[in-house]
Amino acid sequence: MNKAEEFLQMFRKGEEFTKDLLKENESLRYKIAHLEQLIERSGDEARTKIYEDRIALLEQEIHALKERYNKVEEENKDFASKYLEVEEENNNLANLYVASYQLHSTLDFSEVLRIVLEIVINLIGAEKFAVLLIDDKTHELVPVAREGLDMESAPTVKFGDGLIGTVAKEGQSYFADDMSVNPAFDPMKPIVCIPLKIKEHVIGVIAIYTVLIQKEDFSTMDYELFNLLAGHAATAIFASKLYTQSERKLTTIQSFLDLLKEKPR
Amino acid sequence: MPNILIVEDSPTMRQLLSFAMKRIPNSTVIEAADGVDALKKMSSAKIDIILADINMPVMDGLKLVSLVRDNPVFKSIPIIIITTEGAEEDRKRALSIGANAYLTKPIQTHELLKLVNTYLPTGT
Repeated sequence: MNKAEEFLQMFRKGEEFTKDLLKENESLRYKIAHLEQLIERSGDEARTKIYEDRIALLEQEIHALKERYNKVEEENKDFASKYLEVEEENNNLANLYVASYQLHSTLDFSEVLRIVLEIVINLIGAEKFAVLLIDDKTHELVPVAREGLDMESAPTVKFGDGLIGTVAKEGQSYFADDMSVNPAFDPMKPIVCIPLKIKEHVIGVIAIYTVLIQKEDFSTMDYELFNLLAGHAATAIFASKLYTQSERKLTTIQSFLDLLKEKPR
Repeated sequence: MPNILIVEDSPTMRQLLSFAMKRIPNSTVIEAADGVDALKKMSSAKIDIILADINMPVMDGLKLVSLVRDNPVFKSIPIIIITTEGAEEDRKRALSIGANAYLTKPIQTHELLKLVNTYLPTGT
């Protein structure tokens, strides 16, 4: 083999080696690119994981906030209804205070009866009713004040007789189930009958026959007022009656004394 | 500082309305027993709103409404009628002669306060 052939063989081997190197280089570049892609992708996944975790956390927070909001809203509703209750209670107490204050504001018998009528009309909303007191001599319930009724329609009732007499005897209030107006007016059948009591001693009754057209039903406040009337009106009526009688007697005695003083002249 | 005139012959009802109206901040309540008394009180104080009953002696509520509406000085004062008369024709009559609102007894205090606040001029 001559030198030229040797050189050509070496050159060919060098060429093959270069080709192998280039192949190897290409393969390595491909691997690097693939690895770079893998690294990049793994970074995205990690970020996605972080985002997912944050979303989950935020969702949890939203859920907690929603729960708190609902709770606060519930509390607000509760406060609003309590406020209304307190407001209503306040108004009711004002009504009771005014009624009680007015009943005890005078010792004039007719004035007290007028106040009882005012309370029953304006605060309860009764249209036709009568106040009956027990006459100590006849033992009958005699009408002393009335509204929406003429004198003949207001009944005189024997103690223990009928609905009114029974209420006076037993001292228990009567409320009809049906408040609708009975077209045939019966003075012995009121829709409400309240005994006027001083402790357990009944001195009379309030008999209500009809209520104002706008009054649909009795409220809790009405029953409170009925209770108040049962006690306070009875005391006020009784006290004013005694006071009026004693005043009358005092005037008579005073007149006698004046007369006696004048006689010696 | 609203001045509220209550025209009502029943002292019980007057006291009750007065109680309710005092819940309006800084309000002053002036009471009158009938229409004539109300006109007297109106000439001595600036009234921002009138609450009037219908059935009253001397001068009733409807006559008072007419007189107030015919008077150039008082005609713009809001008037709320508070009465036992619950019939629709009574309501229509009162509103037609110039009442601003019509409430029937027994009154609901919160309802009345709401109504009064609606008619009270802002800034009083």
